[in-house]
Amino acid sequence: MADTQIAIRLEKVTKTFGEVVANKDVSLEVRRGEILALLGENGSGKTTLMNMIAGIYYPDGGQIYLGGQAVDIRSPRDALALGIGMIHQHFKLVDVFTAAENIALSMDAAERFDLKRVRDKARAICEKYEFGLDLEQKVYEMSVSQKQTLEIVKVLYRGADILILDEPTAVLTPQETEKLFNVIRNMKADGKAVVIITHKLHEVLAISDRVAILRKGEYIDTVDTKTATEASLTEMMVGQKVELNIERPTPENTVRRLAIHNLSVTSEEGIKLLDNVSFEAFGGEILGIAGISGNGQKELLEAIAGLQPTERGSDVQFFAPGKGRAMELLGMSPRDIREAGVHLSFVPEDRLGMGLVGSMGMTGNMMLKSYGKGRTPILDQKAPRALAEEIREELGVVTPDLNTPVSRLSGGNVQKVLVGREIAASPIVLMTAYAVRGLDINTSYTIYHLLNEQKKKGVAVVYVGEDLDVLLALCDRILVLCGGKVNGILPGATATKEEVGLRMTQLQKEVQQ
Amino acid sequence: MGSSLIAWIMRAIPFGTIIMYGALGEIVTEKSGNLNLGVPGIMYLGGFAGFASAYYYEKLATNPSAVVCVVIALLCALVASTLGGLIYAFLTITLRANQNVTGLALTTFGMGVANFFGVFVLNGASYTAAPLANKAFAAKLPFVSGLGVLGQVVFSYGFLAYAAIALAIALFWFLNRTRAGLNLRAVGENPATADAAGINVTRYKYLATCAGAAICGVGGLYYVLDYNQGIWATTGQIQALGWLAVALVIFTTWKPLNAIWGAYLFGTLYWLYQFLPSVLGITVSSAMTDLIQMLPYLVTIVVLVVVSLRKKKENQPPASLGIAYFREER
Repeated sequence: MADTQIAIRLEKVTKTFGEVVANKDVSLEVRRGEILALLGENGSGKTTLMNMIAGIYYPDGGQIYLGGQAVDIRSPRDALALGIGMIHQHFKLVDVFTAAENIALSMDAAERFDLKRVRDKARAICEKYEFGLDLEQKVYEMSVSQKQTLEIVKVLYRGADILILDEPTAVLTPQETEKLFNVIRNMKADGKAVVIITHKLHEVLAISDRVAILRKGEYIDTVDTKTATEASLTEMMVGQKVELNIERPTPENTVRRLAIHNLSVTSEEGIKLLDNVSFEAFGGEILGIAGISGNGQKELLEAIAGLQPTERGSDVQFFAPGKGRAMELLGMSPRDIREAGVHLSFVPEDRLGMGLVGSMGMTGNMMLKSYGKGRTPILDQKAPRALAEEIREELGVVTPDLNTPVSRLSGGNVQKVLVGREIAASPIVLMTAYAVRGLDINTSYTIYHLLNEQKKKGVAVVYVGEDLDVLLALCDRILVLCGGKVNGILPGATATKEEVGLRMTQLQKEVQQ
Repeated sequence: MGSSLIAWIMRAIPFGTIIMYGALGEIVTEKSGNLNLGVPGIMYLGGFAGFASAYYYEKLATNPSAVVCVVIALLCALVASTLGGLIYAFLTITLRANQNVTGLALTTFGMGVANFFGVFVLNGASYTAAPLANKAFAAKLPFVSGLGVLGQVVFSYGFLAYAAIALAIALFWFLNRTRAGLNLRAVGENPATADAAGINVTRYKYLATCAGAAICGVGGLYYVLDYNQGIWATTGQIQALGWLAVALVIFTTWKPLNAIWGAYLFGTLYWLYQFLPSVLGITVSSAMTDLIQMLPYLVTIVVLVVVSLRKKKENQPPASLGIAYFREER
C-alpha cells in the first residue's frame, strides 16, 4: 500500500473572510503518486482551500495533517519546508533575472550560494521530468508556458513532493497543455502528490485519478475519475436548482439592436480568446451570458465597447432606433460607441479597476462621462452633481457626502454608483458584467430590479453573470461561452441548470469543428 | 597644450570622485526600489559633519594626529548621512510617503541643517578651513606620485579617490555574485516576489537606503576636505554636484562599474569650459560657461534616449523604483 499512502489530509477546514464563508468544514485527502483534480465553479473556494495548504491563508478552524502528523502552516516558507509547493496563476518571478537566478532566490537559506551548483541541480531536475527550460534565459524573454515551467522547477528544486497547480492550463495553448500533462504524469510516476485546480471537465477526465468537488465553499464528494462522467461531475458541481424570486416580465416589442458576426479576439500570446462568436441582442429583453470566468466574457464586452482589438472578419452591427441603416461599431472609438448609446458597466474583481476613479467623489465620477459635453473651458459641475444626487437617492447609495472618494465607500455602494451611472445615461444597449459581484442579497435584488426596469423601457440588456440560478431566473435567453466559443443559446425559462453547467465546461459536438 | 591636458584630467578626476560616491550610493538605494532625490542634501550632511568634526578636533586637541582626524571625520560623515537616509527610509518605507516629495524635502533639509550649523563654525567669516584634515585627506601616494606624467595623472589624488574605484568594483561583485545582492535586486524589481521567497523586504529597503546614504555622504566629505581644500564656505556648490550624481545614476544604467568612467567623463565635460581655449584652441565668452557645464546633463539625456530606443530590459531602472511596497495591496 506504499503507493497509496496519504500525503496530506484536511479535516473540517474552515475559512471565512468577514461574513463570507469561503470554505466550510472541508475534509479531503491527497495520496502519494496520484493526481487529484479539485473541481468547482467560480467562487466555490478551490483556490482558498489550497492557499491554506500553501501557507498563504491560515484556516479559522480544522486541522491539516501531513503524513499523519498534525501540522501548522503559517507561511509559504513553512509550506515549502514541509515539501508543499503551489504554482499560482500569477507567477512570482523577477523579470530581469535568469531562470537560474529566480531559482536561487527562493532556495533554502542553509544552502550555499553558488549559481553554478544551482544550475547543475536544476538541470538534473529538468532532465528527470523532461522539462524544456533554458536556465540562462531571462524571464522577460520567456513565454507564459516557459514561465510556468520555471515555477514548477522552482518548487521541485526546493524538494516539494506535494504540488498544487492553480488552473495551470488557463493560459496555455492546447499543445502546451499536453506538454504540461506529460510532465505532471512524470511527477506522478515519481511518487509525488499532484493537485490540479480546474473547472475544465475534459481535462479532469484526461489527467486525474480522482476528482474532489467543491460547491459554494462546501465539500461535496471525491470520486474516482474512472467511474465519473461529464454529466455526473456537472451535477455535483452546479447542484440543485435554487428557486429565486426574481421577476421576469415577458419581453414585449423586441427589436434587434446588436448583430454580431464571427467576432474573434486573439491574445498577445496568440491564444484565441474569442472564436467566431455570432449572436444577436434585442431591445426589451435580457440576454444572459454564462461561462466560467476567463472564457471570453470580458473580451466579448470589451470588443463591443471598442476597448479590444479584434481579428479580421469580425463584425459588430448596431441598430440605433429611428435609423434605417446599421452602424458598424468595430473601428469606432470607445467614446463614439458610448455616445451612440452602447454602454458598458464592468465590475472587475477589485471593483475600482475599471470605470471609476477611486480618489474622486460621486460627482467627479459622473463628470468623467460628461466633461466632453461642455462648451466652455470651465467644467459644468451642476449637472453631474444633480445626477450623483439622483443616483444616491434612487439606489440608496450610502455615502457621507457626494464628494467623498468612492474608494472609501463599501463595495456594494461602489457598484451602485458604477451601474447607476450607466443606467442614468439612458442607454440603448446596456452591458453589465458581474454587476452583483460581492453584493448582499438586498442590493443584488435592487440591481436586478433596475435591469428589469431597463428591459421594460426597451433597452437591450446584456448581463454577464456568475451565479447560474440568477441567470436562469432573470434572463430571457442565455448564451453560454466556453473556450471563447458560443456553446449554445438557451431560452432562460426552460433551460436547466445541468444543461447550462455542462455547456460551460464542455464544448458541444456541433460547436467543435 | 600637454600640460593643460594634464591639468584638465587632474581637475576632472577629483570632481568625478565626488559624484561617483553620490552615484554609487544612489545605485544601492535605487536597487532596493527607493528613489532618493535627497542625494544633494545627504552630501551636505556628510560634508558638513565631516568638516565640523575635523575642524573642532584640530582646534581643541593639543596635538592633533592626522590619522585620528581622518577617522573622526569619516565616522561623523557616515553617521550624519546614514541618519539622513534613515529619515528618508522611515518616511517612505514605514509611513509610505511619496518618494519624490520626501527626497526633495530631504535635499532642502540637509542643505538647511548644514548651513545653519555652519553659521556657528564660520562665526561671521565667509569661509573657514581645516588644514590638517585637508592635508590628511589630500595626501598623495608616496614615491609613485613623483613618476612624471603618469604619477601626476594617476597617482596624485587623496586615498578616497582610489577607494571610490574599489567601492564600485566591490558593489558590482556584491550585486551580481552574492545572495544578499541578488535578494536586494529582487526587492527593487519585484518586492511581492521577493516577499513570497521569504526575503524581508522592509529590512532590505532600510539597509540599502541607509548604506546608500552613507556612501553619498562620503562624497560630500571628499568634496569639502579634499576637493575644496578643507574649506567650508557659504556658497553651495555641493547641491549642483548632488544633482549631477543623480544624473550619473541614470547615465550608468544602474551599473556600478559604469559609474567609474561615467564619473570621470562627467568631470571632464564639466570642466571643459576652462580648458577649451588652451587645449582645443576655442575661445568662448564667459556667458557660455554655464551652458557648457550643462554638458553632463545633455549626455544623460542622450543616454536616456538611446536606452529607451534599444528597449533592453537590463538597462531599465529597477521595475518597482519609486513605488512603496505594501503586502496586502494586490
